[in-house]
Amino acid sequence: MAVLVFAESQNGKFKKNAFEAVTYGARTAKAMGTDCIALCLGVAEGADQLGLYGASKVLHNGDESLNKLDSQVYTAAIAQAAEKTGANVVILSHSSTGKSLLGRLAARMDAGSVSGANAVPVTDNGFKVKKGVFSGKAYAWYEIKSDNKLISVMGNSIQPEQTGAEVGVESIELDLPASKITVKEVKRVEGTTPLPEAELVVSAGRGMKAPENWGIIEELADVLGATTACSRPVADTGWRPHHEHVGQTGIAIRPNLYIAVGISGAIQHLAGVNNSKVIVVINKDPEAPFFKAADYGVVADLFDVVPKLTEAIKALKAG
Amino acid sequence: MKILVCVTKTPETTARIAFKDNNSSFDTDGVQFIMNPYDEWYALVRALEWKEADGGSVAVVNVGPPANDTVIRKALAIGADEAYRINAEPQSSLAVAKQIAAFAKDKGFDAIFTGKESIDYNGSEMGAMLAELLDLPYVSFANYMDVSGNSATISRDIEGGSEVVEVETPFVLSASKGLAEQRIPNMRGIMMAKRKPLNVVEPVEANDLAVAVAYELPPAKTAVKLVDPDNMEELVRLLHEEAKVI
Ligand SMILES: Cc1cc2nc3c(=O)[nH]c(=O)nc-3n(C[C@H](O)[C@H](O)[C@H](O)COP(=O)(O)OP(=O)(O)OC[C@H]3O[C@@H](n4cnc5c(N)ncnc54)[C@H](O)[C@@H]3O)c2cc1C
Ligand SMILES: Nc1ncnc2c1ncn2[C@@H]1O[C@H](COP(=O)(O)O)[C@@H](O)[C@H]1O
Repeated sequence: MAVLVFAESQNGKFKKNAFEAVTYGARTAKAMGTDCIALCLGVAEGADQLGLYGASKVLHNGDESLNKLDSQVYTAAIAQAAEKTGANVVILSHSSTGKSLLGRLAARMDAGSVSGANAVPVTDNGFKVKKGVFSGKAYAWYEIKSDNKLISVMGNSIQPEQTGAEVGVESIELDLPASKITVKEVKRVEGTTPLPEAELVVSAGRGMKAPENWGIIEELADVLGATTACSRPVADTGWRPHHEHVGQTGIAIRPNLYIAVGISGAIQHLAGVNNSKVIVVINKDPEAPFFKAADYGVVADLFDVVPKLTEAIKALKAG
Repeated sequence: MKILVCVTKTPETTARIAFKDNNSSFDTDGVQFIMNPYDEWYALVRALEWKEADGGSVAVVNVGPPANDTVIRKALAIGADEAYRINAEPQSSLAVAKQIAAFAKDKGFDAIFTGKESIDYNGSEMGAMLAELLDLPYVSFANYMDVSGNSATISRDIEGGSEVVEVETPFVLSASKGLAEQRIPNMRGIMMAKRKPLNVVEPVEANDLAVAVAYELPPAKTAVKLVDPDNMEELVRLLHEEAKVI
């Protein structure tokens, strides 16, 4: 028995989701009275840090084929590591990588799985894991009944916590299959935090009237260090790139702060954002449904108020 | 090309979500059901486009009870050639995948498409499971696909961008926004759907290893605090001192 955490790295570096997953794994292991082992694949700088988040052992395989994601190759790697370490609980991040692996691993290990868990398992009576369902409109508790268990951890649902100490990184030998997928190109918007990981998000909708008006949104996001998002019609009409579209058919996010500008708050939009910790709504229509889901609201013309908000934040940062 | 599209049934996107039996099950009373949008708008339509370009056939499969037939008929009306309903009511994605894998194993599909996730349980798991059970490569969150012979170039969503991959048939793909444009079934399609085969398949043995045992609704939001538009300093103060998010 042990808990194995696949600590995901991107371009060789660990990001917050890896530390969240290890923290989650360490707490799960503690509840089960066992050890948390971290596994890193491909280039992984600073793997010894994972010990700080509670991994008692860090395993690494740097085979070159692991620098690109092929779910078949990764699944073989993680399943073998689980077998070699005697791990029966495997934890992943609920990222695009984690989501591509969770199902495969569950099938390989014949394991009950919970994808997108938002709390540490409760283990005093069976093994129960909580996750959001119905696109953020409710939560469900899943009971995993099989001996092998797989969980992916929703981003921003657990605070990374340094409870341990750095540990040495051991290499692990794995028998990797040949890849059947060729990665031709990776296109990432550089410089900003991707939406699913962003703690601060400034989002705008059709109230902006036209794409050339987005300057005030970008400035607000800039002074905050926030990532920009948008409603669906805005992405559909090509005003903004598709990867900014949040909601039921876009990305579901749960930042600490979500500022919604000129968005009415349709139920399908709310489905992707209503798990945000704090919601600020700026809309000229006091009847806009979004105000019902908001913590703070400003009833005003966005073209007036957004630049003022930007100035006020600048003042805070300067002061 | 012989393509299989997995379609599932979900509550309509504006459905009121409530639970019954002491919060142990979803209350379907008064809930309208639809085909999962990712399956209908993107997976199914892209499969049809592929068939229209290169020939072949598109079959749809659903694992579920007879009540799902309306959703399956809609897939036929949109243009699928044939349909299969595996007569089981699994509670977990893995049990669904085991049913579809057993069904698809010897049928020689060149590609199997699923939606990126079902909008009710939001698992994003089934396609990956199917790929593993059938030992096929898996391309998740496809937002664009170009085919040439039996090789497909696919763009997929990743955090903050996209990745372009190349894969040969057979493979499993999960469909994300952008892969195709929604098609509305027309009268002719609806009429033809009535004559297309909807085959019922007997299930294999597959246990649920994880099941939802209890549900909760999120705590009710407290009333919004309105801030004077001429006092954005106050909003910033609240975010800084009260909410502590900036
Ligand atoms: C199956 C399905 C799935 C969907 N999925 C999604 C999804 O994932 N994400 C999503 O966003 N939508 C989704 N939608 C669409 C959704 O129903 C709404 O149509 C959409 O969210 C509306 O976008 P909006 O708020 O930007 O535009 P609108 O509804 O047009 O709202 C614009 C708002 O701006 C305000 N406004 C206008 N001018 C100003 C001004 N000068 N100052 C201040 N405020 C102003 C208006 O009062 C209004 O409230 C989906 C719909 C369906 C049917
Ligand atoms: N009962 C089912 N029958 C057929 N396909 C399904 C079923 N459940 C899920 N799927 C497919 O698997 C995809 C992902 O579902 P999920 O893993 O539940 O998020 C869906 O978009 C469907 O294409």
